[in-house]
Amino acid sequence: MINKEEVKHIAGLARLGISKKEEEKFTKELSSILGYIEKLKEVEVSMVEPTSHPLKVENVTRKDEERSKSESVDPKKLVEMAPDKKEGYIKVKSIIKVPFTEAKKWN
Amino acid sequence: MELTKLNIVQIHEGLNKKDFSAREICQSFLKKIKEKNKEIFAFLTVTEDLALSQAKKVDEMISADKEIPILAGIPYAVKDDILVEDIRCTSGSKILDNYIAPYDATVIKKLKGEGCLILGKTNQDEFGMGSSTENSAFGPTRNPHDLTRTPGGSSGGSAAAVADNECIFALAEDTGGSVRQPASFCGVVGLKPTYGAVSRYGLIAFASSLDQIGPITMSVEDCRIVFNAVKGKDEMDSTSVEYPKSGNQKLEIKNLKIGMPKEYFVKGIDPEVEKAIKSAVKKYEELGAKIIEVSLPHTDYALAAYYIINPSEASANLARYDGIKYGLSKEEKELIDVYLKSRGEGFGAEVRRRIMIGTYALSSGYYEAYYLRAQKVRTRVIKDFEKVFEKVDVIFCPVSPVLPFKIGEKIADPLSMYLVDVYTVSVNLAGLPALSLPVGKKGNLPVGLQIIGKPFEEEKILQVGEVFEKTWKI
Repeated sequence: MINKEEVKHIAGLARLGISKKEEEKFTKELSSILGYIEKLKEVEVSMVEPTSHPLKVENVTRKDEERSKSESVDPKKLVEMAPDKKEGYIKVKSIIKVPFTEAKKWN
Repeated sequence: MELTKLNIVQIHEGLNKKDFSAREICQSFLKKIKEKNKEIFAFLTVTEDLALSQAKKVDEMISADKEIPILAGIPYAVKDDILVEDIRCTSGSKILDNYIAPYDATVIKKLKGEGCLILGKTNQDEFGMGSSTENSAFGPTRNPHDLTRTPGGSSGGSAAAVADNECIFALAEDTGGSVRQPASFCGVVGLKPTYGAVSRYGLIAFASSLDQIGPITMSVEDCRIVFNAVKGKDEMDSTSVEYPKSGNQKLEIKNLKIGMPKEYFVKGIDPEVEKAIKSAVKKYEELGAKIIEVSLPHTDYALAAYYIINPSEASANLARYDGIKYGLSKEEKELIDVYLKSRGEGFGAEVRRRIMIGTYALSSGYYEAYYLRAQKVRTRVIKDFEKVFEKVDVIFCPVSPVLPFKIGEKIADPLSMYLVDVYTVSVNLAGLPALSLPVGKKGNLPVGLQIIGKPFEEEKILQVGEVFEKTWKI
């Protein structure tokens, strides 16, 4: 159903670290689950519309204005939870490689 | 008087008559939790200070002779995927072990307004993924009726806490049976409301088109009181809707048409479960209800569709746990390694399985064969129900094909665990309300009847359930 290479690829796409031992285990388990799901192919669906949501609601909007302070969560509380932060901002790692001298200027 | 065995109305009356104080009520439950949590492990976090401070406010109102709401002073437990401000909220996962909720879920806000007392946060399968509570990163909960067996899942902690009189009621989320199946396994009442009836704001998202918060209680009456307190449109959840006003229609059991789906009574069902359900149905027939055999032909396919749609939505929802914003974060040099390590070590095996199934089903080349096809099958499942509800008022079927199983019995084979959900997932795919009601026992193991209703007919299925509760002893 699904081989070890595909499992490694999928885990990579989903940003999940899995160990060598787990590669084997997940390959076996995912194959068995996907094997079960094969039965969906027996259903005639050519003329059927897909359902993504049980209720037929669409385009629920609100006024584009600031919510009152009492209704909103204190942003400080949210930033506090980040493992790495500085001056009220969440610090993240650089994702673009820049020359060392340039990077130093930004810091 | 044993305070932990009262119902909501009895506590309300007792408080008003000053037979006992909210503080005394609160303390008797906290004491019970302290005695029993080691054995049952229903609670991950006990919020003693919060509960006592809430009780103090209620007692102040009573001594000032103010009128108190029906739920004031009622102690309850909250599944650990619903946010309570400033209280740890793990969703049963190591990745949220250190997470403190920054705000209240709408359901919590409403119950705080009523003066309810929060005793603590209950154990669950990690992010709701499981049917036994064995997938909790913090260890399994045990079934109070038999400690060697599971309480069901994913809301096993909530159901066990209610069954063991460690709280009056509990709130939990139901994505594919997570309220109903543990209620059935623990011999208590559980309601999965119509999709959109209750706000999901502040519920940790699992599969957003399926998730719905509902109460677990000792009786149908308690269930109605809690549901009415938490339901309604919320501007913080755009998928919640205005609950339609229903007339005060009294149920006439003689006019009731009950549908029995033939596909639910085939091989795979434990004969003891079938016996208990059929004997319950017979009792309704004796009271004059009409029993009609109906067909839900896509029942078998519903489970397969569910196990594509659920992991697909979960894989998207769980992308937020990245080790950057909150939760577990592993220190690494490169960003990619922060992701891989934090998510690899933070998520348990079942969560990683589902994320991978979902990622696979949504990835290019497989999207049409899996995800789109599953969504089309979902349409067929909904049509099946619509057709049946042209002929009947409610559908009766088991909640689970099996009795509460042993801890360890199914955990090694993920697919065997999925198959336990066969009678509950269709209801979530279709967004319908359904009640889990204890109607029988095999030895000391409870059996639950599932009563499925039309959208927004919670009151009807509650009344149908109440007939059983008031007429027969289990």
